[in-house]
Amino acid sequence: MKHVQTLNSANLKNSAKHGGCGECQTSCQSACKTSCTVANQKCEQAN
Amino acid sequence: MIHKYKQLGLNIVMDIYSGAVHVVDDIMFDMLDYINEPFTAADKCPENIKVALRAKYADDDIEESYAEICALAESGQLFTEDCYADIAKNWNKQSVVKALCLHVAHDCNLRCKYCFADTGEFHGGRSLMSADIGKKAIDFVINNSGTRHNIEIDYFGGEPLMNFEAVKEITEYAKEQGKLHDKNFRFTITTNGILLNDDIMKYINENMSNVVLSLDGRKETNDRVRCRVDGSGSYDAIVPKFQKLAESRNQDNYYVRGTFTAYNADFAKDVIHLANLGFKQTSVEPVVAPETEDYALKKEHIDIVCAEYDKLAEEYVKRFGEGRGFNFFHFMVDLDQGPCAIKRLSGCGAGHEYLAVAPNGDIYPCHQFVGNTDFIMGNVKENTLDENIVKRFERSNVYTKPKCADCFSKFYCSGGCSANAYNFNKDINKPYELACEFQKKRLECAIAVEAHKKLG
Repeated sequence: MKHVQTLNSANLKNSAKHGGCGECQTSCQSACKTSCTVANQKCEQAN
Repeated sequence: MIHKYKQLGLNIVMDIYSGAVHVVDDIMFDMLDYINEPFTAADKCPENIKVALRAKYADDDIEESYAEICALAESGQLFTEDCYADIAKNWNKQSVVKALCLHVAHDCNLRCKYCFADTGEFHGGRSLMSADIGKKAIDFVINNSGTRHNIEIDYFGGEPLMNFEAVKEITEYAKEQGKLHDKNFRFTITTNGILLNDDIMKYINENMSNVVLSLDGRKETNDRVRCRVDGSGSYDAIVPKFQKLAESRNQDNYYVRGTFTAYNADFAKDVIHLANLGFKQTSVEPVVAPETEDYALKKEHIDIVCAEYDKLAEEYVKRFGEGRGFNFFHFMVDLDQGPCAIKRLSGCGAGHEYLAVAPNGDIYPCHQFVGNTDFIMGNVKENTLDENIVKRFERSNVYTKPKCADCFSKFYCSGGCSANAYNFNKDINKPYELACEFQKKRLECAIAVEAHKKLG
């Protein structure tokens, strides 16, 4: 496409069907402790 | 729902329900202002859009751009409809406990002025967790984690190094029990560094998957609030030790973690200072405090704080381009293999997947609730858990928070911190709005940074 560059595969919908295994890290444990950030967590299945 | 904005010289368009992120040219960026949702593709660009854009762009480009918008929508990457509301409506999460924050020391050798833990006491007097209570907590998580394999234990305080012998005993017990019960324990420790020495560093490096090192940035920033009992600062004593520990971990699997307050609303300078000290993993976060405190961030700080995030994003990509980049926790976002939609709906897991344990074994929804006796959920000695409190947190998700409905950030922050929501609005489903403003800005910066990196 000429007018747009898409940066990712837009798989959020798909992950609603197959996600939820719960093996991923608890987001608050990593560094924040006072502000909830979820999107910087890795999916455990992706490793 | 889409969200469009300009950052780092890029026109960015987020498609909220698919997770797609696009960088578009000016014509498409402008055209999106004239398209309403729900979107229905037409064969030709509608006349009203052409009329609006004709002064600035050629007809052929307008048609071409419109056709590309239609193609994106057709492939589920733009104007994607909400398909999660039904999942949320039938939300029946059957949680197991997978992470514990162990408050091994309700005592501290610093007297940080903004400490949410009441300078280590958590409003309940100074005390240390016995190794026995810690081991009971390990048994508790094993008993309550179902088939979950990965278990996290975070040693927190107060200052955990004031009770490091217990930390070691609990860690060794968890490793031993983990083998017996097929659990993979991952340990994290948070420290202010005062008691850090070579022996402790060695043990941390051999056993802890992550270590959080508390340091606020510039010496004057740090020492103004992170004081010793006699009022003197902590910077000079801790920085060399933190540098040594960071190097010994190959500049990975740790964070230097600071707090910024109204005293240093120009906190981008503090983050850069941490980077200049050689730290590659940084996290500096806004203080959460009642408005009555001198150091509290308030609505009047929103503009300056957001401008600081902008400045930081500029410097961040500049350094990345020069090969001297560093990580800033709140600018890290994984656009490809980040968390699944279920995780994004449910958030941090406080109160059901993630619990905190006080020195006496009392269980709370998370470290931020410790000391609030209304939220005691049980005690590890009795292996009990208040199911009413569990359910209250378990049911909470992005769709139980009305203020999140139209927010573009909702699948990136999951509706924010439950403890902040409760402390400011007495309801875990009413987000703390100041944090929301900062979160939205950080997200815009984080996505722009990723876009900048990807496009080179």
